[in-house]
Amino acid sequence: MVGLLRKPRWSPYVVGIGIGVLSWATFYFMGKALGTSTSFVGAAGSALCTVAPEHVAENAYYVKEYGAKGGGFKPIFDWQMALDISLVLGAFLAAMLGRTFKAESVPTVWAERFGPSVAKRYAAAFVGGFILIFGARMAGGCTSGHGISGGLQLAVSSWTFFVSMFVSGVVAAAVLFGFGARRAGKEAGHV
Amino acid sequence: MFEHFFADPRTILMGVITGLVFGFLLQKGGVTRYNVIVNQFRFRDFTVLKTMLTAIVVGAVGVYAMLQLGMIKGLSVKSAELAMNAGGGLVFGVGMVLLGYCPGTALAAVGQGSRDAAVGIAGALVGAAVYAEAYPWLARVVEPMWKFGKVTFADVTHVSPWWFIAGLAAFAVGLFVLLEKRERRAAVA
Repeated sequence: MVGLLRKPRWSPYVVGIGIGVLSWATFYFMGKALGTSTSFVGAAGSALCTVAPEHVAENAYYVKEYGAKGGGFKPIFDWQMALDISLVLGAFLAAMLGRTFKAESVPTVWAERFGPSVAKRYAAAFVGGFILIFGARMAGGCTSGHGISGGLQLAVSSWTFFVSMFVSGVVAAAVLFGFGARRAGKEAGHV
Repeated sequence: MFEHFFADPRTILMGVITGLVFGFLLQKGGVTRYNVIVNQFRFRDFTVLKTMLTAIVVGAVGVYAMLQLGMIKGLSVKSAELAMNAGGGLVFGVGMVLLGYCPGTALAAVGQGSRDAAVGIAGALVGAAVYAEAYPWLARVVEPMWKFGKVTFADVTHVSPWWFIAGLAAFAVGLFVLLEKRERRAAVA
């Protein structure tokens, strides 16, 4: 058991089975499906609330996601917010046990294409994160809420998201990294 | 927003446990790595697809079995507003390639030391606030297009969900066999 926890990397099939079983547990114990992106709205809304509470209270989206039935808001620090925060800790434990923790600002695949500039990488990451959540909230979920949870429930909304997200990502990657010949497998171990 | 900021302790504890397990699995699977995610979209590394498809098939079998046995009250299906779902997906794909993480894996990546993921999360929080401002317009113009409500493929086709799950499982296994064969060949070459 300890040996397994110490392994730097697990098979994607083992991890997939683990996530699948985890989704059984969230349905059984909480009546909820795994998801991560709604809490970004809660966090942003809470921050905004400290300077413009009326504006937040009147915004249709904060009300849609967090509005309570009798007016006011439901708890922002809820199941998913706790989940999101402990994702960081869970991954930290995994990385420590597997000795794969590494402070890194510029991933190697990015550096090969765009150079070692940290500022450039951070700018792209910031803009990318912005676009990512805008898209997730528009679609009603992300790779967890739609991709995994919605996918396993056979939801029409989620498979629509999954396919369009994947096609868009492939095109975006081709534009960013070029349409070069595929060297499958060769770089599979490229971590 | 702050009158009842915290949910009850049990709910929060369950969230903490779920996040710990989820984050642990994502990191061990390597899907918290920029290189792995971006190379999926370049068809050079299929870790993301293998992980997701396995999770979907395993999850589907358990969740639909529990539903049939009356162990869970119901599903938690998101509304099909296909213009929003598809449009959001197109936007999301661009963001995912630029950032190199999705929302959940970005959070997990922070735990393994990826600083660029933390910058991405900052951008995501700004994106969420801007989305809230854009929502009234989107709700009026885009949301009503191709709106079908909280439906599954089993609902729309009146076919048992088990046929879809069987089909999905067959597709996944077929794809995995093909991928493993190809990767073994590439490893030898």
